[in-house]
Amino acid sequence: MTSLPTTRPTVSAVRIVSLYPDLLGTYGDGGNALVLSRRLEWRGIAVEHITVDAGEPVPDSADLYLVGGGEDGPQVQATRELEQSQGLHRAVDNGAVVLAICAGMQILGHRFPDANGTSRTGLGLLDCETLRVDRPRAVGELLTTRAQLATPEGIIELGPLTGFENHAGRTIPGSRSQTLASIEVGEGNGDGTEGVVTGKVVGTYLHGPALARNPLLADALLGWIVGASAITPLDDADIESLRTERIQAARDHELAPRRSWRDILRRS
Amino acid sequence: MTAATTPASKPGQTTTLRPRARLAVAAGRLVAWGSRVVRFGTGSVIGGRVSLLIDKNLLSELTASRNVVIVSATNGKTTTTKLLSSALATSRPIVSNWLGANMTPGIVAALAAANATDTAVLEVDERWVDSVLRATQANTVVLLNLSRDQLDRTQEVRKLAEQWRVALATTPPRTLVANADDPLVAWAALVAPNIVWVGTGQEWTADAAGCPACSGRIDFTDAGWACSRCDLQRPLVDVAITDGVIAIDGKTITGELALPGRVNRVNAAFALAAASAMGADLDQAFDGLDDVREVAGRYRVAQLGNTRIRLLLAKNPAGWHEALELLEGPSTPLVIAINARIADGHDPSWLWDVAYERIGQRFVVAIGERRHDLAVRFRYGNINHIVADDLESAIELVRQSPSYDPTMPIDVASNYTAFQDHLEHVGGVL
Ligand SMILES: [Zn+2]
Repeated sequence: MTSLPTTRPTVSAVRIVSLYPDLLGTYGDGGNALVLSRRLEWRGIAVEHITVDAGEPVPDSADLYLVGGGEDGPQVQATRELEQSQGLHRAVDNGAVVLAICAGMQILGHRFPDANGTSRTGLGLLDCETLRVDRPRAVGELLTTRAQLATPEGIIELGPLTGFENHAGRTIPGSRSQTLASIEVGEGNGDGTEGVVTGKVVGTYLHGPALARNPLLADALLGWIVGASAITPLDDADIESLRTERIQAARDHELAPRRSWRDILRRS
Repeated sequence: MTAATTPASKPGQTTTLRPRARLAVAAGRLVAWGSRVVRFGTGSVIGGRVSLLIDKNLLSELTASRNVVIVSATNGKTTTTKLLSSALATSRPIVSNWLGANMTPGIVAALAAANATDTAVLEVDERWVDSVLRATQANTVVLLNLSRDQLDRTQEVRKLAEQWRVALATTPPRTLVANADDPLVAWAALVAPNIVWVGTGQEWTADAAGCPACSGRIDFTDAGWACSRCDLQRPLVDVAITDGVIAIDGKTITGELALPGRVNRVNAAFALAAASAMGADLDQAFDGLDDVREVAGRYRVAQLGNTRIRLLLAKNPAGWHEALELLEGPSTPLVIAINARIADGHDPSWLWDVAYERIGQRFVVAIGERRHDLAVRFRYGNINHIVADDLESAIELVRQSPSYDPTMPIDVASNYTAFQDHLEHVGGVL
């Protein structure tokens, strides 16, 4: 990773950074970068995707940062490196958009539990904190009511959010944050809501390739960067078919959250 | 369940067992027979369970007077078990559980049906290595790789490596054959006293970025890998695969295998290394490998109506990485099927970790219960695709495609339960 200029020239590609996919990216998180990149390309907007592995400097001048899900150990290491670098902090101060998935959301909050349940200081970029709770992991389909993003320019409709969740811990949104939606099926934040948004930093328990099933959320993030008028319609027929099928599956409790993976081990 | 020796031809086994073990074996057979009669399946797993209820030490008893080799991995254990069985069968009677019943009940059922002294070549589920090793005191253990399989239980990959390490320290086999290019396997293996390291040139490293010893970062180079923090690094290899040529015991093996792809050269190298460690003659063992043309239906070319299809299995990102080697060459249309049942893992997010873009311009028909997930993945990969409801209609769409070549079998690549469905559709395993 070579050092990057601190401001973006006016006419250039949208720059998307995947942060530490080697530490945070166990659940197909790379899909989100692909979804965002294609939705720009299909609209004729140039895009540059940068992958920053652990140990490499974090550029502070990109437009959008992706922080993926991960396991307990790597989660703590990623937090340490991001805290030392301060690159992501500067980027957020400059108005960059962040999408943080699952463990990514937890470490961006004020506090999160590590593998031993000890509360650790997070990055403080999302106004929320995550507590360890004495209950089984939430594993299964997650479906919300119609999600919305309230912005100074008005309300952005995101439709129902659909995805898979696989996490422990309960996340409590702070007073400076909004949530994305209420839960229809699944666990989410643990209090009947899903997602935490502070400014343009968006956290969600929809794990892995969350944007694959939620194109309106992808477009909302991109709209913050290129302007809502540049978000022209796309052929989302495949995605609509998937959404219809998965929303029905969640309502049918086809994949109701199960106790834990140990149950599966008992299968024949 | 197929044993090298059928129950009818096997006298002598039960007479060497204690009365309780004999009763356990008899009861297991009765239940298995009953299960087959009511068409519940082969009955071997449930029969094995009943046997174990009666005698929980049955696996120890059934392996007391045989040479045992254990094969485990996330990917390739079934194929390698089949290859090793075939390699050893040229020089001795063997019994194996190579149809995938790879936990203790399935293993017990296979062994109970064979001669007491036949060499046992056992495919063992990753999570059962510890208990099977302890019960059988296996002489030889073969560990190929560890990667994420079904996503909703993946946090366990590292814990599995830890379990393997403890098992190998507690019950050290005489010889361990281990993958030098998989840091998780290498770390688990290092506690064993006598290791044959196989250099596989494994390309899939995404599941091993964190050092299993210290959680430091593992740096991968063309020459190998090393932890950036502690002294864990790629061991010097004893068996190497370079451009498809297997170098072992001072010999190079260049002959073709019936099974296609780089991954099966790797599986063959492990089979040869294990066979050699067990005293087999290498040339004879290699001749045995050539007898293996398909493994439990994998790679089978089958007739479906007036069309030929080739069945391929890929269960997870590491498996797809290898399968895509076979899919990226041709230009004919193909079928890909994805399910997400319990045995597949309920969450197909891993589709986004697979570089399906390697399919290139080939026209793909997506089927399976999660065909819409596949279609969205293909849409974002700019892959030319269509969705069909089932295998029959997918084949019809392929046949109508201008790029269809009737002289070539149609590739049908599927994950686990979709593969089983297709195999049944073309007439099953036997
Ligand atoms: Zn280390």
